[in-house]
Amino acid sequence: MATMQRPISSAPSAGYRTEGATRRAANGDNLEERLAKGLGWFSVGLGVAEVVAPGSLARLIGVRDKNKTRTVLRGYGVRELAAGIGILTQPRPSGWMWSRVAGDVMDLSSLATAFGSESNNKARLVAATAAVAGITALDAVCGQRLSAERPDAVEEEQRTKVKRSIVVNCSPEEAYRFWRDFNNLPKFMTYLESVQSTGDHRSHWVANGPGGVKVEWDADLVRDDPNRLIGWRSASGAVFQNAGSVQFEKAPGNRGTLVHVEMDYAPNRGVLRSVAGKVLGMDIGQRIMHDLRNFKQMLEVGEVTQSDASIQPGMHAAQPPASVPVSAGESNQ
Amino acid sequence: MRANCWMGKADVRVQQVPDPKILNQRDVIVRVTATAICGSDLHLYGGFIPTMESGDIMGHEFMGEVVETGREVKKLNKGDRVVVPFPIACGACFFCERKMFSLCENSNPNAGIAEMMLGHPVAGVFGYSHMLGGFAGGQAEYVRVPFADVGPIKVPEGLSDEQVLFLSDIFPTGYMGAEMCGIEPGDTIAVWGAGPVGLFAMKSAYLLGAERVIAIDRVTYRLQMAAEKVGAVPVNYEKTSVLETLKEMTGGRGPDKCIDAVGMEAHAHGPVYAYDRMKQAVMSETDRPVALREAVMACRNGGTVSVIGVYGGFIDKFPMGSVMNRSLTIRSGQCHVQRYMQPLLERIQKGEIDPSFVITHRMNLNQAPEGFRMFRDKVDNCEKIVLRPN
Repeated sequence: MATMQRPISSAPSAGYRTEGATRRAANGDNLEERLAKGLGWFSVGLGVAEVVAPGSLARLIGVRDKNKTRTVLRGYGVRELAAGIGILTQPRPSGWMWSRVAGDVMDLSSLATAFGSESNNKARLVAATAAVAGITALDAVCGQRLSAERPDAVEEEQRTKVKRSIVVNCSPEEAYRFWRDFNNLPKFMTYLESVQSTGDHRSHWVANGPGGVKVEWDADLVRDDPNRLIGWRSASGAVFQNAGSVQFEKAPGNRGTLVHVEMDYAPNRGVLRSVAGKVLGMDIGQRIMHDLRNFKQMLEVGEVTQSDASIQPGMHAAQPPASVPVSAGESNQ
Repeated sequence: MRANCWMGKADVRVQQVPDPKILNQRDVIVRVTATAICGSDLHLYGGFIPTMESGDIMGHEFMGEVVETGREVKKLNKGDRVVVPFPIACGACFFCERKMFSLCENSNPNAGIAEMMLGHPVAGVFGYSHMLGGFAGGQAEYVRVPFADVGPIKVPEGLSDEQVLFLSDIFPTGYMGAEMCGIEPGDTIAVWGAGPVGLFAMKSAYLLGAERVIAIDRVTYRLQMAAEKVGAVPVNYEKTSVLETLKEMTGGRGPDKCIDAVGMEAHAHGPVYAYDRMKQAVMSETDRPVALREAVMACRNGGTVSVIGVYGGFIDKFPMGSVMNRSLTIRSGQCHVQRYMQPLLERIQKGEIDPSFVITHRMNLNQAPEGFRMFRDKVDNCEKIVLRPN
């Protein structure tokens, strides 16, 4: 189960959502994103003014209205428009924000040059420089916040939320008991080699990756309601940044137990994301369903059903394996 | 060991492959003494069933002797002679508890693939694609049989292989087709397809109290078998209009119950058939339902259409208006063989039926490729081929 972890912000039953995830899920943006939006509109407004009325603008900032000035200001206007549109149309426009900062520096150097000319209005130039410097600071702060290392934000973009369930012909108590003994997990999550309790609700997980590469991480038990719910979350820095819960609910009509798994899964690095995908070997939803079917088989028939093809790695013809894998059965003969 | 392997469309070969091994504690290994080629194997042979892999061992009708048992096997011992049902069933899940064994929830390791194709997964089946589990089949010298305490039935002394072999599939399948009709005294039952399953459906319809059984096919020798061995009234759809003939035979009302024992590769003639062949060829329709359409149109008001012919995917131009407005019932399913083995074995023992009447050819396993061609092309009056590994 720790192959699948990360806060589930939309799971009222889970009860272990993080503050950050909840806040973003609730209103969809935050300070730096709102600030960026404002600066984007500022860019568009300034850009339009520079392109349409460079003469008036030049007088406003105290620069003499010459043909050359108008051309420069129109060029700056195009730059502002591009930055503004970029900021307003990207979900997290850190790149465009930094382009604004570069533009600000260009503006400031132009203003500095303007101070050297006798014909320019010094008082207006000082005011304009102060205004641009202020905007530059704001742009820089916003750009920094947008591109800061914020795992939650990265995960939000890559996050996969999955819910799957299965009916198992046993009581909720039996289902809970089997899942809660983490030693049992590799029996139905077949890509796991081992899960060991390391104390304080923490456990150590080892999975078999492609080419015999082992992937290891720690996970924390964050909720444990006997016979009802188990919640977990990967420890910080884990390969698979994700969290999840499994809930056991008595099925109507004495038809066993409904087992619901909810998973919020988001590896925090692009490379690790693909590693995770390779370890799991299939789409996360299919993987969970596969694991749930194995879990059901463990409880209903005592082992995971294998076919001549399924016992062998990868796609394989339905022919007996040349040798029996270690995990398979022993005969009486 | 030697096994008949699917290598591609219209290409099966007997090859040397590794011997089967115990993979789960409830497995047994069976030394195959007799196996058969099923009509549904022809759907694999024709490349109509998805998720086949080159090298897959075929065969889901087989019997033999138990030569090895897993630790948890309680009812079978080495040396037992058993017939093995084609669906693999755990005996413990919701559907097994309700005796719907071909819907077992625990026997298909590739349930995810089946779920994608069908909406919900179904049980594993021997030698019948990876969607149905990727289990090696029984057209081989040896075969691994999972959940050995649930499926296989021990054969009593005094019965030959040929008398009991078809308990693995075609006799129960035909029987279930007739049973799903809910036959009442006086009923006329029309059966599309006089292949082996069709013949068993006809025979079973009589066993269950039908007054008259009508066989619809185009292959003369098969219609002759239906008439001579089962007592059905033959109707050749290439020589006469089936709908008109059935109306005339039943006073315009139509047969009370109809059985489709043909399935996805039905043949017919005329423009609608050309339309289905074309659609199937360009993969815009997986199955050609000409027999099913006709069975629906022919059935009397308020009657039942029982579908035991195999369908794999999607069909076109289905006469739903006829079904709805005329209060028809459609029943269907892969046979829940485990449910029928004991009662049908008893009918065999009592002499009510000798299933070996369908056999026309006996061959060595090595001749399986030749057998597939003969059966597909219906040469030499081929109705049912039994293969023996030795």
